[in-house]
Amino acid sequence: MLLSPALAFSAVLFTLGVAGVLFRRNVIVIFMCVELMLNAVNLTFVALAQTLGMGGQVFVFFVMAVAAAEAAVGLAIILAVYRHKQSVSLQNMNLLKDG
Amino acid sequence: MTSTVFWTFGILAMLSALLCITRKNPVASALWLVVTLFSIAALFVLLDAQFLAVLQVLVYAGAIMVLFLFVIMLLNLGRPGPSDIKGPLGLGVAVLLGAALLFLLQPLTRTTLPSAISLPPGSVQALQQQQGIVGSVANPLFGAYLIPFEIASVLLLAAIVGAVVLAKRRL
Repeated sequence: MLLSPALAFSAVLFTLGVAGVLFRRNVIVIFMCVELMLNAVNLTFVALAQTLGMGGQVFVFFVMAVAAAEAAVGLAIILAVYRHKQSVSLQNMNLLKDG
Repeated sequence: MTSTVFWTFGILAMLSALLCITRKNPVASALWLVVTLFSIAALFVLLDAQFLAVLQVLVYAGAIMVLFLFVIMLLNLGRPGPSDIKGPLGLGVAVLLGAALLFLLQPLTRTTLPSAISLPPGSVQALQQQQGIVGSVANPLFGAYLIPFEIASVLLLAAIVGAVVLAKRRL
C-alpha cells in the first residue's frame, strides 16, 4: 500500500515549499516554492483518489488550471514591478510600509 | 518492486526540492524544480493516475517552468550577485516553523481511511480497464464536475486578459 509514503512525501514537499517562501527574498523563487506547495497537495489528492474514487484526480486537473492562471498573472505582475523598481527582491517592495 | 521505485522517486523529489529552495541562482532553482515535477509525475504513474502524470509533464514541467525560465532570463537574473537567502535569524525562523509544520503534518502518515467510504482495492484499476485511462477522468469531469469545468474556462480567460493588461508598457 503506497498511501502512507505518498502522504509523507507530500507533507515533506509542502514543508519545503513553506520554508522556501519564508527564507528567500527573490520573488520568482518564492513563486516557484508556491508551485511546489501546489504540487505537494496534488500528490495528496492523487494518493487519496486511489481509495476514495476518481473525484480526487478531477480536482488535480482544476488545481493545474488554477496554477497555470496564477503563473501567467503572477509573472506579469513581477515584470510590471521590475519595470518600476529594477529589482525582484522583496526588500525593495515596501511601498505600503511606513517611512 | 513498485514500492522500491516509489521510494526512489519520492526521495528524488524531496532532495531536488531541497536543492531547489537552497540554490542561490534562480535558474538552478528552476531546473531543480523541473526534476521535482518529473519525480512527482513518476509518483502519479505509480498511484494509478497516468493521465495526470502526462498532464504534469506537459503543463507543469513543460509550459509553466518554461514561463518561469523565460521571465528569469528576460530579467537577466542568472548573473551572479548577492544571495537572496535571508540571514541566520530568518533562516532559523524558517527552519523552526518548517519543523513545527512537519510535526503537525506527521500524523497524516498514520491515517487509516474508514472502510465505510473507501472503495475496495483495485477498483480504480478496474474502472480504468473498463472506461480507459483518459475516460475514467473525463467521465466525472464532463458529468458531475461540468459546471466547475466551465468556471475554470472563465478563470483562464480572465488570466489571459489580466496578463495582457499587466504586460502593457504603460500600466
